Amino acid sequence: MQFGGKRKKLITNPQYELYGHCLQFYDKPPLENISLSEFETFAVERLRLLKTVENLGVSYVKTSEQYQKKLFAEFSNLNFPYKIEADDHKVQTGPTEHEKRRKDHISHFILRLAYCQTEDLRRWFIQQEMDLFRYRFNDLPPQLKTDFLHRNNLKYDMISTEEKNNLKEKLIHSSHAVSGVTLENQDFYKVPFQDALDLVRTRKVFLQGGYAYIPQQDIITIVLNDFRTRLSKALALTARSLPAVQTDERLQPLLNHLSHAYVGQDYSIQKNIGKISLEQIDSLSGKSFPLCMRQLHKALRENHHLRHGGRMQYGLFLKGIGLTLEQALQFWRSEFIKGKVDADKFDKAYAYSIRHMFGKEGKRTDYTPYSCMKVILSNPPSQGDYHGCPFRHSDPELLRQKLQSYKLSPSGINQILELVKGMHYQVACQKYFELTHNIEDSGFSLNHPNQYFIESQKVLGGGKEIKREAETVQKGTENTGSKTPSVSQQGSAQSAQVLGDMEALEAFFQDE
Amino acid sequence: MPNSDYDPACLPDLLPLYYRRLFPFSQYYRWLSYGGVTKNYFQNREFSFTLKDDIYVRYQSFSTQSELEKEMQKMNPYKIDIGAVYSHRPSQHNTVKTGAFQALEKELVFDIDMTDYDDVRNCCSAADICTKCWTLMTIAIRILDRALREDFGFRHLLWVYSGRRGVHCWVCDESARKLSVAARSAVAEYLSLVKGGEETVRKVALSDPIHPFISQSLTIVEHYFIDYAIKEQDILGTKESTDKVFALLPEDIRAELNSVFQKEKNPVKRWDKVKALIQLKRASLKKGSQYIEKEIMLQYCYPRLDVNVSKGVNHLLKSPFSVHPKTGRISVPIDLRELDRFDPFEVPTISLICEELDRPKTTEEEEEDERMKDKENEKEAGERRRIRDYKRTSLAKYVKVFDQFLDALARSRKGEMLKKSDLQKDF
Repeated sequence: MQFGGKRKKLITNPQYELYGHCLQFYDKPPLENISLSEFETFAVERLRLLKTVENLGVSYVKTSEQYQKKLFAEFSNLNFPYKIEADDHKVQTGPTEHEKRRKDHISHFILRLAYCQTEDLRRWFIQQEMDLFRYRFNDLPPQLKTDFLHRNNLKYDMISTEEKNNLKEKLIHSSHAVSGVTLENQDFYKVPFQDALDLVRTRKVFLQGGYAYIPQQDIITIVLNDFRTRLSKALALTARSLPAVQTDERLQPLLNHLSHAYVGQDYSIQKNIGKISLEQIDSLSGKSFPLCMRQLHKALRENHHLRHGGRMQYGLFLKGIGLTLEQALQFWRSEFIKGKVDADKFDKAYAYSIRHMFGKEGKRTDYTPYSCMKVILSNPPSQGDYHGCPFRHSDPELLRQKLQSYKLSPSGINQILELVKGMHYQVACQKYFELTHNIEDSGFSLNHPNQYFIESQKVLGGGKEIKREAETVQKGTENTGSKTPSVSQQGSAQSAQVLGDMEALEAFFQDE
Repeated sequence: MPNSDYDPACLPDLLPLYYRRLFPFSQYYRWLSYGGVTKNYFQNREFSFTLKDDIYVRYQSFSTQSELEKEMQKMNPYKIDIGAVYSHRPSQHNTVKTGAFQALEKELVFDIDMTDYDDVRNCCSAADICTKCWTLMTIAIRILDRALREDFGFRHLLWVYSGRRGVHCWVCDESARKLSVAARSAVAEYLSLVKGGEETVRKVALSDPIHPFISQSLTIVEHYFIDYAIKEQDILGTKESTDKVFALLPEDIRAELNSVFQKEKNPVKRWDKVKALIQLKRASLKKGSQYIEKEIMLQYCYPRLDVNVSKGVNHLLKSPFSVHPKTGRISVPIDLRELDRFDPFEVPTISLICEELDRPKTTEEEEEDERMKDKENEKEAGERRRIRDYKRTSLAKYVKVFDQFLDALARSRKGEMLKKSDLQKDF
């Protein structure tokens, strides 16, 4: 090791200073010139990485071995840097560590440009980048962790041994990671509870007087909090300077496509509109609705009422399968007035929210149907609620009974419950799809209730729907174009080329 | 006994009187301006009114106390809701660019509603309440108040009876008002133990280690559990309610208890048997069910929060001193020192206090009137009259609770300012 020589290099070449650690906070943007094709490859590959992060996060517990293994595989596959110290001496076949770090750095900043435009995109991007960061930080050896904190000038308040002993019992009972034996050698950091929300939320930390007492091994929470704050600020800043970037007609379509790719389809495209009649809903709910919607439909028919969470989840789903606003109003009204709500009260209290769903009231957002992720993760049902994901939010026993009543085979039910136990809710739902449609392998990856519906119709209609599906994709592309009137689709040849590649990328995401 | 029977049909006649002579405007304004420390704090606050026939008007805002008074006396709202402090005046929200108009701050609020306890109440359901199930609200306040103060370090908590079937909590500390949406939802989730909807039977699941917050909450629940759940709600009394408890127990315990309960009819002793059996079987119980008796207690008594109300900065919540249009009861602050004696059915209705106003004055009050008369010519004449008006009604003691709350807020604000200026002198 020639430390002296290296240091000289550091001074002369700022690049080395920038990439001195395999993990970074992305404080400084890259300043070099890069080619358009490199720009594109970097962006697409990071997007694939983030997409993997998202998918794994749904299927596995984020600290589980499988999660880490699969994510690691994707890392080496896409050539992103992974905890090895900078060691350019070693002869490698693939790209050097330096190149990987550079790619990590640059690709992050490109996606910032693509994902700063709307609140939704920012939230998605921050979420995935945080999961990615958490994984990478957790995997660092202790020495490198300390080194990272040091490099980024992160200092947190430690509590005294005396304070630690006073709070001994409470600290032990607040965290899995602390026990009477380990306490003595553990350091605790004391931070305002606002800086450790993930630990507070799950009650995994001791709280007193507004401060969270964080055991050493949970320090990732605070670091991550810092990371989130910085990234969120940076994205807001980027959004402000975006108009300048948007004038570059080479980048504009690329950035738009990048951001469009994140959810795949959002099932808000009103292609099917008016193709469903209200009389069909009862029979469709038995045949082609996913369990969550079937449950909501049943609850609505039985109680003649659904609470807000249920109305949103079910209402937007119905909108997605093609109900018009008029049909939706009629549907909800006719059901509600059978219960305690009279027509007058319905028009005053509920009709507004249905028009709101269709973007006809308030800030006039055209709301999109909820994805499985959203159903599983946000707004869990409470007393009186029927929404949520039945695989996630039901007692296994009740779920079993329900599946039995739907005439599923005992072995099928066991398979489903096994998947539920392993927290693979979407896979469980897909199994339910296969069992109810009598097919071996559904051949798609389920991530949206409306996707379930479309796929089901495809199976039941014997391929009639395929044409409609193709149209939908095309429509999606048109949509992106129309959102950005400043750049014409027939730009330079280069951007057409980029568009072609991006379509391939989209296809890739849809295949998954 | 005065005739305090409230008839919703009279509300349009009573409201003008209430807003003209009884509503504590000056305290109300004092509260929401928070010492005037932040510029336009009151002016940028959203109010929304529910008028006759359920007409709902959002984004009302007022520049001064007297403007608020005038508008309220003109519109006579059936119900008043308080929203967030915005970046601009809510009344002018249409004049600023979309996206620029944003909710910046609001008290951290909690809404506990008795309807959420329907699966564990035998006495009433839906909007009905009685003195029996009111204990649930008492427990809720005790648990949340302790946690918000001791765990989260908040000091200025205003607990308010909603006027019908629940309670609200307004956490008014400066740090609470500035919390982000993520922080609000983290606090609410920290405080939520009962989870799951109609498709979940076992709604509380405890696991090792039991967090200090849960142990502290359990201590409070244990204090009330026997008297409230076992005796009053009689959850081990009838076949039906016993089955509900049994549904939470493992198979083998259930079977044994069935035979024990044949002989034992006394509910308190029945509960002892349940506990004893769980204790006995502890070793053989599966991991995850060793805390079953604690889980039962929590499922029946632990506060059930509407998390969505607490999460949003821009979420509206019914204002203190607003009238509940269905019951006519005033939404009044609750004195925590008297919490166990608080009776929702003793909270005055608008009809009662308006009637009290019409009663002839006592000699004492007459004398005070005389003394006041000399000063009356000054500008605050109307204000003074209103103070004396509400003091003659049963609203007085609740306004006093509110006053004490405001004094505490002012004291700590003063403390903060002193600290700040001390710091500056150091330099």
